[in-house]
Amino acid sequence: MPTALTRFTIDRPDTLAEAACLLRDYGEAGRAYAGGTELLLAMKQAGLRYEHLVDLKTVPGLDRVELQNGRLRIGALATHRDLERHPLVLEHLPALANLESRVANPRVRASGTLGGNLCFAEPRSDPAVLLLCLDARVALVGPDGRRELSLDEFILGPYETALQPGELLEAVLIPLSPGRRAAYVKEQQRERPMLGLGLALEVSDGRVGSARLAVGSASPTPLRSAEAEALLAGPLPEARGRLPRAAETLADAAELLDDLDASAEYKRHLVGVHLERLWEQLT
Amino acid sequence: MSTRIEAPYLLRTAVNGRPIELEIEPRETLVEVLRERLRLTGTRVSCDVQVCGACTVLVDGLPVSACTYLAYEARGRRVLTIEGLASSLGELHPLQQAFVDEYAFQCGFCTPGMILAAHALLEERPEATREEIIAALEGNLCRCTGYKPILAAVEKAQALLRR
Repeated sequence: MPTALTRFTIDRPDTLAEAACLLRDYGEAGRAYAGGTELLLAMKQAGLRYEHLVDLKTVPGLDRVELQNGRLRIGALATHRDLERHPLVLEHLPALANLESRVANPRVRASGTLGGNLCFAEPRSDPAVLLLCLDARVALVGPDGRRELSLDEFILGPYETALQPGELLEAVLIPLSPGRRAAYVKEQQRERPMLGLGLALEVSDGRVGSARLAVGSASPTPLRSAEAEALLAGPLPEARGRLPRAAETLADAAELLDDLDASAEYKRHLVGVHLERLWEQLT
Repeated sequence: MSTRIEAPYLLRTAVNGRPIELEIEPRETLVEVLRERLRLTGTRVSCDVQVCGACTVLVDGLPVSACTYLAYEARGRRVLTIEGLASSLGELHPLQQAFVDEYAFQCGFCTPGMILAAHALLEERPEATREEIIAALEGNLCRCTGYKPILAAVEKAQALLRR
């Protein structure tokens, strides 16, 4: 027998501002509802209860993907499936399209949204890791207006974001840089990844101008290490020689845990292996 | 203006080509409506957390986990379950026939979900490669037959459907 959900109503707002006001008024009793792949699961498994779901899919245009002032703007309600095949994503951020084509399974990808994934701040998120490397920002709309945050300001911890009561994620903004190369790799045995590693490099004239390195799924929250990134900057051969130290530095920052997937020691080893592979792929 | 859906909600949808009007509660999942209201018990519940794929049905051609998908989402859309795949004369769909011919099931619990996941792929990509078939079925778990006969069945049906 399937687990029954507790009772709720579903609001269908026409605008994001309306949705924000509804959610502010409902407080703890309400929750934004998009693809439902995380939310309904949590309501079944973790005993989360809401009396009111506010269905954001009825707000037109929230799934739009477009170029805007040198940034790719991804509407929060674009599904993983939308993004794995969107021409603008394929052209400008093939690493993101590739990542999206491997999120969870085809059923989750058809319903689950990028915005929902980020707002849930699930520690085992694939997109968050790469988006941290791409310097992504998030556009928020609340009852009192709009603001923009960097993704690392937005994700505060496991299942915790900077969203205020009634505040909603409208879009993800990714600056486009012609010289940047990026890739994401994950290790996965079961339904969620046990390790995700993202790397983005600005390379010109044989040297790395700047590097972004992030880990997820093995840590309580997806995170970058500025210290590890600094080790990857400079002339390519020297930077290559510092990969083991960068991997150790990132693994130290990640607070790796022993769990059913693998020991912390093994995950530390995998960070090193996958960092080398990503490096070979990008340089 | 925002509108609110409360119980009872009149769901209008189409299941296996048949128009359906049914009073439901917003909290009801699609699998509850299919199995318990419409008595379409070919859609199975196993893990109940959208991991195993036993509850796979197609909504407007795309696979969803009916265990973790609100029936409300099927409003105005076309739902396809395993009961809708054979012809009205009872002739099996090529995928179903291929699963029989290739011995691609033992207990059969995962089979409806497997077949619908494969159906979604072949409708969208008739020329899908073996790697694409494997990727499309990655979220459907079988615990008795093993995956080789299943893959063989999908490839056999694919060849038949392309003719």
